[in-house]
Amino acid sequence: MRLHEYQAKQVFADAGIPTPASQLAETVDEAVDAAEEIGYPVAIKAQVHVGGRGKAGGIKLVESKEEAREAAEDIIGMDLKGYHVSKVLVEEAVDFVNELYVGVTMDRGEGRPVAMVSTKGGVNIEEVAEEDPDAIAREHIDPAFGMHPFQARKVVYEAGVDREVANDVASVLTTLYQLWDDRDGADTEINPLMITSDDEVIAADAVMNIDGDALFRQPEIAEMGEEAAEGDELEQKADEYGFDYVRLDGNVGIIGNGAGLVMTTLDLVDYYGGEPANFLDVGGGAKADRIANALDMVFSDDNVDSVVFNIFGGITRGDEVANGINQALEQFDEIPKPVTVRLAGTNAEEGMEILNEDLVTVEHTLEDAVQRAVEYAKEVEA
Amino acid sequence: MSVLVDEDTRVVVQGITGGEGKFHTEQMLEYGTNVVAGAVPGRGGQEVAGVPVFDTVQGAAREADANAAVVFVPPAFAGDACFEALDAKGIDLVVAITEGIPTQDMARVYRKLQETDTHLVGPNCPGVITPGVAKLGILPGNIFSEGNVGLVSRSGTLTYQVVDNLTNRGIGQSTAIGIGGDPIIGTDFIGALEQFEADPDTHAVVMCGEIGGEDEEEAARYIGEHMDTPVAGFIAGRTAPPGKRMGHAGAIVSGSGTGTAQSKITALEDNGVPVGDTPEEVADHVEDLL
Repeated sequence: MRLHEYQAKQVFADAGIPTPASQLAETVDEAVDAAEEIGYPVAIKAQVHVGGRGKAGGIKLVESKEEAREAAEDIIGMDLKGYHVSKVLVEEAVDFVNELYVGVTMDRGEGRPVAMVSTKGGVNIEEVAEEDPDAIAREHIDPAFGMHPFQARKVVYEAGVDREVANDVASVLTTLYQLWDDRDGADTEINPLMITSDDEVIAADAVMNIDGDALFRQPEIAEMGEEAAEGDELEQKADEYGFDYVRLDGNVGIIGNGAGLVMTTLDLVDYYGGEPANFLDVGGGAKADRIANALDMVFSDDNVDSVVFNIFGGITRGDEVANGINQALEQFDEIPKPVTVRLAGTNAEEGMEILNEDLVTVEHTLEDAVQRAVEYAKEVEA
Repeated sequence: MSVLVDEDTRVVVQGITGGEGKFHTEQMLEYGTNVVAGAVPGRGGQEVAGVPVFDTVQGAAREADANAAVVFVPPAFAGDACFEALDAKGIDLVVAITEGIPTQDMARVYRKLQETDTHLVGPNCPGVITPGVAKLGILPGNIFSEGNVGLVSRSGTLTYQVVDNLTNRGIGQSTAIGIGGDPIIGTDFIGALEQFEADPDTHAVVMCGEIGGEDEEEAARYIGEHMDTPVAGFIAGRTAPPGKRMGHAGAIVSGSGTGTAQSKITALEDNGVPVGDTPEEVADHVEDLL
């Protein structure tokens, strides 16, 4: 779960990491008032989870009240790569001489956290990692010990940070690691960490991704996460139902159980010439109600022309799935979109007997079911 | 022969008094698994499905000679349950079924794992099955059949799909290992492949990967350099967009393009592993390899 910049900055500031003066605004007037109070120049920054916000017009630097109003009018309410901007952060523009990158993340290959520092901050760090991997100094942390003070110093010096600011940068990194550890961070990073001409160190951006599986023990963060929730109506609906759901651009709706099998179903839709409309995993052991909810979700996506169900029962039972499908479909006078069903595994035979074949098309293999659903989608298109 | 699980496997179920733990203990027993104990703090002396419950895993290992633990403990406590099993003398296999364990808890478990000779499979996995002998976990026993093909997969239901394709053609399995879909897991592809390579009764291996991380690429190199047993592959997630998590916490293509299906497929093919476009095609490849 990812916090907004303004939320992450608050967490960082509370932990003692220096951040620029800033205020959150939801209207143009609020933004202008904030800019006047902070004093120019200020940056007006859209609060959405989009990479390359600046390039896309979501961050503007302004020097006067008029410019502040103009920028706030442009940004508040804008559509930034598909995300609606409802909040901006109005922030003191820092006059810097250097920009660093400082981050802590989980290295899944190594199974332990890694602290990273680079003097090439201010740009996309993933690009730096690819083009010039040596420009990022890395130090793996033993989770049994946590980060030793020497490790923070070591990675800062290895990165080639100026000696004048090295201690302050190491101190920021130490705090960042502590936050990562205490708050169940997935990634925490500051890019850029600005160095001013007076050798001050200031976090000009803040990224905090929290492990969604740990939210049960991070109530404060979970509350912030509710505020940070974004995504379209369908994605929010999926959250309510508790489905793993990703919306895609195609017209074949897909419902299945288990991430790997659902991904495979998407891939097969593509393989047989169709285009998947979504990823929807009902999870293990889904009962009839849950199946009906899944169908409701996919039906309410206007892009969907045809639906394929692919259930391989382990703990999920075919008869439960069939009952759910019947329940969901029997409430319609006319089935809104053709539904193809393939059941295998636990109680699949019983399930196929239960399914009302006036309402759905039943197929016996994965390949046949996907091809049938793709055909239906093409018929609707034509 | 088989790997990890055989006739001598004696299971203790952690969390046996919970709904999932009890149900799957019954299923494991019905399949013929030698479940000798349960372990739940405060429940020592009780019985579940005819199986005696102990307060600790160590107690179960000492009193009931358990040598393998299966973890059905809820996510908030599962990290600690894994620690307990790794710490217990006499337990040399731990299978963690629980989904949703915080990643930082698993990082600590993983650290502990490096200090032991115990095998950990999972978490967030369907378990391990040696068809006709025993299953540790939630895999539906009826789709498996005895034979000589090893199977290793990050996904449960995808495993079932591929096994179904194999069984329908009369191709049986030596052992199937679900390694789990989390970012940090115990036994990885290479760990499972090492086991199969050393097993004279495994004549071919199917490896089912998915997007995210670089484990499949590393496994491909391992196969090229160290394996005589032929391997067929499948990779799920060819159509996954970057930056979106596809169900499994580990299944995400990063913005910079690592972890893509194509990079994994290429790595496998470059190391002599035929990769199927569909599960049915995987079964074709296996037939050719045998």
